[in-house]
Amino acid sequence: MKISREDVLRVAELAHLGLSAEEIETYRDQLDGILSYIDKLKELDVTNIEPMAQVIYAQATPGAASHSELREDVVRPCDVSDAILSSAPDARKPFFRVPKVIDR
Amino acid sequence: MSAAPTWTIAGVRAALQARKISARELAGEFYARIERRNPELNAYLTLSPDRAYAQADRVDAAIARGDVLPPLAGVPIAIKDVISTQGIRTTCASKILETYVPPYDATAVERLDRAGAVFLGKTNCDEFAMGGSNENSAYGPVRNPSDPDRVPGGSSGGSAAAVAAGLAVAALGTDTGGSIRQPGSFCGIPGLMPTYGRVSRYGLIAFASSLDKIGPLAGSVADATTVLSVIAGHDENDSTSAPVPVPDYAAEIEKPVEGLRIGVPEDYFGAGLDAEVKQKVLSGIALLERLGCRRVPLRMPHTDYAIATYYILATAEASSNLARYDGVRYGLRVPGATLTETYRQTRERGFGPEVKCRIMLGTYALSAGYYDAYYLRAQSVRTLIARDFADAFQKVDAIVTPTAPTPAFRLGEKTSDPLQMYLADIYTVTGSLAGVPGISVPCGKTKGGLPVGMQIFGSHFNEGSVLQIAQAFEQAGGSTI
Repeated sequence: MKISREDVLRVAELAHLGLSAEEIETYRDQLDGILSYIDKLKELDVTNIEPMAQVIYAQATPGAASHSELREDVVRPCDVSDAILSSAPDARKPFFRVPKVIDR
Repeated sequence: MSAAPTWTIAGVRAALQARKISARELAGEFYARIERRNPELNAYLTLSPDRAYAQADRVDAAIARGDVLPPLAGVPIAIKDVISTQGIRTTCASKILETYVPPYDATAVERLDRAGAVFLGKTNCDEFAMGGSNENSAYGPVRNPSDPDRVPGGSSGGSAAAVAAGLAVAALGTDTGGSIRQPGSFCGIPGLMPTYGRVSRYGLIAFASSLDKIGPLAGSVADATTVLSVIAGHDENDSTSAPVPVPDYAAEIEKPVEGLRIGVPEDYFGAGLDAEVKQKVLSGIALLERLGCRRVPLRMPHTDYAIATYYILATAEASSNLARYDGVRYGLRVPGATLTETYRQTRERGFGPEVKCRIMLGTYALSAGYYDAYYLRAQSVRTLIARDFADAFQKVDAIVTPTAPTPAFRLGEKTSDPLQMYLADIYTVTGSLAGVPGISVPCGKTKGGLPVGMQIFGSHFNEGSVLQIAQAFEQAGGSTI
């Protein structure tokens, strides 16, 4: 297997995901199957192939305006704190409340 | 099967203008249909009658005043539950957002609102749009109106089923790897994925930001075109929306298709393609040839690598985007002794199995020591797949393929093996990775009565060509081929 139990636990830790004992085994099997399939990407020679970091449309469309046109950076009113805090699980205006973080 | 009349956007407009029905009465008729059919189909997660009737009353008042009506006046529309709607619960079909009510409308929603649409409610989908069958919803699967033992496709399964069953005239869906086109195919209606950047994603709850698109599902190509015309165009609230002029799509779709070059890539007709689907799509291509299109054989040699590429890139982006669900600012919180424990327990309880699987896969692909082997390599292969499309569009005006390798499969048939489910996206993810527009149009039914979809890809920002071919195909009887 490509994926060990320790790999699963390490990734779950990185992703802040709690997993049950049963889930650890399930995800180990599933990730192993998927990553084995994904290994087919190794068949291709990608030397000198630029990774596609942007879904570029300006190049694809002659005449399209340049994407580097950024909008003016102007101050606009943004009075949304009440609306936003009203969906928080625990808020005390103007803050979100969380369990204490000092004893990690 | 319901015998209720089928409404089109033009039909709604004509009936309202002739005062045969009011917008309020029409909304009421749709809610009555939903009440009858939704318990079986589970297409809607949340109904929004307060907003719908307020919108309908605005339209009725405009009619009473004799105003010129906006393009979607009084048209009952459904919205996939990953798109933000002010004051209407938006869950992403996840327990982690079970009670979340957005404080604002997505731009696409706001544009529909301004165009006079009536929002019936929010449609079911795979959790965070991750899935191809709608079975990953935390609120139960959607059933296919053609056969309730089968899936409607996914992830926009609720939107597709609602339109196909006559529970909305049109719907917004989202497409990341096939999530509009494949359910359109399974439910027998047109579904359009616009070009990356064509429709603003402001207010779309993100899954994979380099791939997510909002687009329409509707009962006809003309109706999908009308919805696209309303939602397309640059939005200063979304820096990835393109400042590219929006053509008059309604005029584009009426252009003759004679002389258009239709590329048919043999890579999309190989092993794994259901024989009946293949036969229907080849008949569909023959119909396009009879309409005067010229068939051009193609090779798109990297097609076979698209699923592997997609599932690295989409999950990597998802693992980043879904980091925001931490139980602090909105949604579910499962309190733990420490903040870290709160994160872990909230996410353990709030996310379903497929979402966790994808977060794990994406986190693994981005983690130290694996980034180059997986993520960076997948980005390079994405370039190769995009080049396949760019090369093809040097020779042809559109590319025609099956939308999905099979018709709608049975509930539970693929749930135990994520990889088998992923392979159902094999013909749709290619265009998603390239960022080009694509539509699925109905292309007959199998002997068992299941809809088949034919997919048409166009080059970047050429939704007009895609819709034009789809329209000619539909008008020539493609849906009953």
